[in-house]
This record gives sequence, structure tokens and C-alpha cells, in this order.
Amino acid sequence: MSDRIRLAFETVTKRFDHPRNGGLIVAIQGVDIRIADGERVALIGPSGCGKSTLLNLASGLDFPSEGRVRVDGVEVSGPNRQVAFMLQKDLLLPWRSILENVCFGQEIRGMSRAERRDKALAQLNRFRIADFAEAYPHQLSGGMRQRAALARTMMMDPDVLLLDEPFSALDAQTKLVLQADLARTLTESRKTSFLITHDLDEAVTLSDRVLVMSKRPGRIVREIIVDLPHRDEPLQRRRLPETARYTGELMNLLDIGHAELV
Amino acid sequence: MTAVINLLARKEAWGSFLLLFVVLAVWEWLPGAMGVPVFIVAPPSRVWAEFMRLLDVERLFLHTAITFFQVMVGFVLGSLLGMVVGYTLGLSKTAEFVLSPYILALQIAPKVAFAPLFVMWFGFNVYPKILVAVLIVFFPILINVLGAMRTLDGAMVNLARSFSASKLQIFWKIQFPASMPALFSGLRIGSTLAVIGVVVGEMVGGNNGLGYLLVFGEGQANTPMVFVAILLLTFIGIVIYGLVVLLENRVLHYLPRAATTEKST
Ligand SMILES: Nc1ncnc2c1ncn2[C@@H]1O[C@H](COP(=O)(O)OP(=O)(O)O)[C@@H](O)[C@H]1O
Ligand SMILES: [Mg+2]
Repeated sequence: MSDRIRLAFETVTKRFDHPRNGGLIVAIQGVDIRIADGERVALIGPSGCGKSTLLNLASGLDFPSEGRVRVDGVEVSGPNRQVAFMLQKDLLLPWRSILENVCFGQEIRGMSRAERRDKALAQLNRFRIADFAEAYPHQLSGGMRQRAALARTMMMDPDVLLLDEPFSALDAQTKLVLQADLARTLTESRKTSFLITHDLDEAVTLSDRVLVMSKRPGRIVREIIVDLPHRDEPLQRRRLPETARYTGELMNLLDIGHAELV
Repeated sequence: MTAVINLLARKEAWGSFLLLFVVLAVWEWLPGAMGVPVFIVAPPSRVWAEFMRLLDVERLFLHTAITFFQVMVGFVLGSLLGMVVGYTLGLSKTAEFVLSPYILALQIAPKVAFAPLFVMWFGFNVYPKILVAVLIVFFPILINVLGAMRTLDGAMVNLARSFSASKLQIFWKIQFPASMPALFSGLRIGSTLAVIGVVVGEMVGGNNGLGYLLVFGEGQANTPMVFVAILLLTFIGIVIYGLVVLLENRVLHYLPRAATTEKST
């Protein structure tokens, strides 16, 4: 980790036109986040508080109404090579084989066929799905599909990985395996990550820092530094008694138990 | 071909053959036994005899070939036109907004009713028939393509955008391939409608094709001739539908097996 700021939201506000709701809704309000190189930051908050909106701003698919988003110090003015995202939906193209899906981004970016094939095969090996290179998405289980999506994201070799509830559609055991895969990959490749999640254990076991957002208009209401060992081994970290203390604190912050927030 | 052989290997296929045989037998003997005259229901033996006679003296092969040709041309042109307009409207919200009321009106209008008009415009040749087929094939293709473009998951487009894909790349790599299943259901419907379009055109004006033979046979109270024309028209329809399904199986090979068989029922 270094002090260099990879991703920064500088007092970012985002409003959307809304035909019914008096014309405008404020999705997020004055959000300030700075993520250093190699850092892993998780973001939690009630549904609809603007988490995915933040991710869209960071990936250059949408723009702030006020404030700035910077990647490596440069204001984001559109999609760029430094960031890549992965969503809850794997977004694998059903008409492409797994290998072709992993190649997709670099194909658009103009990498030569031979080079992208080699790189994609290396990614498939890393995520242990090389046997399925020629298979089509429907032939894979949910966990394997998400690994393919992770491989496609890593294939872009971004500085910052934006992860929007990447494992929330998976069963509990598959989820644990993929969390471990992700932690290992982040360590090996020394990448920065920004993880949106609903899963408090996931936030604590995969991150150095957890940010808590309020309900809409979303603001960052709390920051919790996760000071626990086993940074690269979420399964080990999960076993620590202190982990439960952190998740308990997050539950209180999210007011879980008062159901209207969740 | 292998599909046909596989089919023959199945027990149910023999059931189908048996049923065909029973139907033909009933069709052959029952009307006669009940005193129904031949000009109402022609038995299969008479239809077959008429088929051989028409081949011999009425250039039946030529009539069939002309109809087949018109159906093919009308189907291909109508499909291409439906695709071009469908994708264009799908890509341009403005074009869709401006054109959709007229398209809706045209879609509701019975397309075969244009046949006499086209004959008056173009005369007794292949053009009015092809044009009716084009018009009738156009809509299901257009509607299906447009529907696929509208319902495409925006997240997929965003994925491509995040890789800095151009509009053209987004179309060819996401929108176009994603529309294939819908396009093929449109083509299946279109392939059967093309036959209807051409037949109506031939019935309205001309001295060629199976539609003409239908009207000619009717005028002479030649029921077996009408039956022959109907059977051959059905045959043409089956051939074109089969070609579409063959192509579909090649193009949509990536879909799960169950989904494709389900669609074809
Ligand atoms: N493109 C958009 N147009 C209008 N409103 C939007 C758009 N995207 C998000 N919103 C609204 O902004 C709010 C935040 O959405 P989102 O960021 O998806 O929330 P979260 O990911 O935290 O559940 C929601 O109320 C949503 O309806
Ligand atoms: Mg979201």
C-alpha cells in the first residue's frame, strides 16, 4: 500500500430526474471518499442509498451533478482503463464461450487475438475454470460464472476493481470460496478494490476499511478501520471473535432490527 | 438429415406413420361409404391421379417452382426489410417515436387486402405477389427485432461501454447477437406468412403458380386439383420453415437444449 490516492470522490452529489417525485431525486449528497493504492474499502448501506450510483460515477458511465471523481488524480470524463467493474449479474454474453467472454474487453480495446487468448487462458487458470474455456455460460454453475466474470474483470488489468455485490446471488459456501479467491487475487496483483456489499461479514473479512452510508440521500455516515490479521485469508479472519464485534457494530449502525432501513 | 434418421429410430415416429395411414384410409373410404360426392371431398387416390395428370399436361412443376421462387424472394426481402427497419428504430428513439403510430396502423391493416391494388399497379407478373409477401413478412420480423432491442439488459451495454466500445461495436457485439432468438421466432412466423402472401397474390391476378391453380380448379369444380394445390403449398411452407429451423439451430447453438426444443413446440 502507498499513500498515492487511486480513487477519490470529492464532495460528490448526484441528482436524477424523476418524473413523479417533484422532478428530482438526490441519490447521493456530498460524498467524500479517498482510496489509497492497494487499499481495500467496503461500502455498506441500505438499498437505494446510492451505492451503485457511486460505482457508475467511478467507472465513467455517469457523471456527478456536483463535485469531482478522480482516478489517479485525473478527473473521470468517461470509461477508462484504470478501472473495471464486476456486478451481481455476471453479464456473460450467452453466445460467446467462456474464453471469448473473458477476451471481450480486450477485443474491444484492440489487443491482438493471440495475445488476448494467452492472457485469457492465464486468467481462467488462475480462477480454476480453464477446463470450461470452450463451454458456454449456461453450462456453468453460478459460482463458476461469477469466477468467469472475475476473470474478465482481471483481464482488463485495472488499477482499481469496482465490485457491486459480486457474490450476493451465490449460495453461502460458494460465496466463501469466491471471497477467498478474490482476496488471493487482490494480494497477488496488488490491486485497489472498492467493494459494495450487503453482507457485513464479507465487508469485514475482505476489507481494510468499511464505509457506512445513510439512506437516501446517501452520505457517508461512518468509517470503520478493520484492524484484524489475515488480510488475505477471509476464511481465517471470519473465525476470529473480533470479526463478530465488527459486524455487530455495523449492524447497530445500519439499525438492523428496525426493518425499514434494510 | 441425421435429425430425420434419429426421428425414425424413435417408437413415437412409427405411431405418427400409423396415424397418417389410418387418416388416409378413412379419407379414402369413408366419404364414398357415406355417399359424399367426389367434388366435395376427393379421396387420396383421385388426388394422386390428378397430381400425375397435372404434372403431365398442366406444367404443375413449373407452377410449383414459380410459387416457390416468389415465396423465397418475398420472404428474404421482407425479412431483410424488417431487420433493417427494426434495428434502425431500435437504435433511434426519435425514429421509433415518429414512425410507430404508422407502423401500428399498417400492422393492423390486413396485408393481403393490398393484393388487388398491387396487381393494378404492377400487372400480371411476379411483382405483386412478391410485394404482398414482403409486406406480410415484414411485420413479425420488425416487431420481434424491435422488442429484442427494447428489452435488452442495459447493464450489458454498459459493460461494453466500460471497455470504451463504439456505438458500432456495441451494436455488432451486443445488440445484434442478443436479438438473434427473437429474430428467429420472427423468421419462423414470417416463413409461413410468406406462403399466404404469395398465394393470395396469385389468386387475385395471374395465370401462374399454385394460387392460380387453386382458383382455376375451383372454377372447374375440380376438387382433386384444389387438394393438390393445397398439399403442394403446404409442402413449400414446410421446406422454408425447415430451412429457417436449420439455420436457427446453427446460429443459436449456444442456447440450452431444453429452451430450443421448447420454443419449437
Ligand atoms: N439512471 C437513473 N435514473 C433515475 N434514478 C436513478 C437512476 N439510477 C439510480 N437512480 C435512483 O437513485 C437511487 C440510488 O440508486 P442505487 O445507486 O442503485 O442504489 P443502491 O445501489 O444503493 O441500492 C435510487 O433511488 C434509484 O432509484
Ligand atoms: Mg445497487
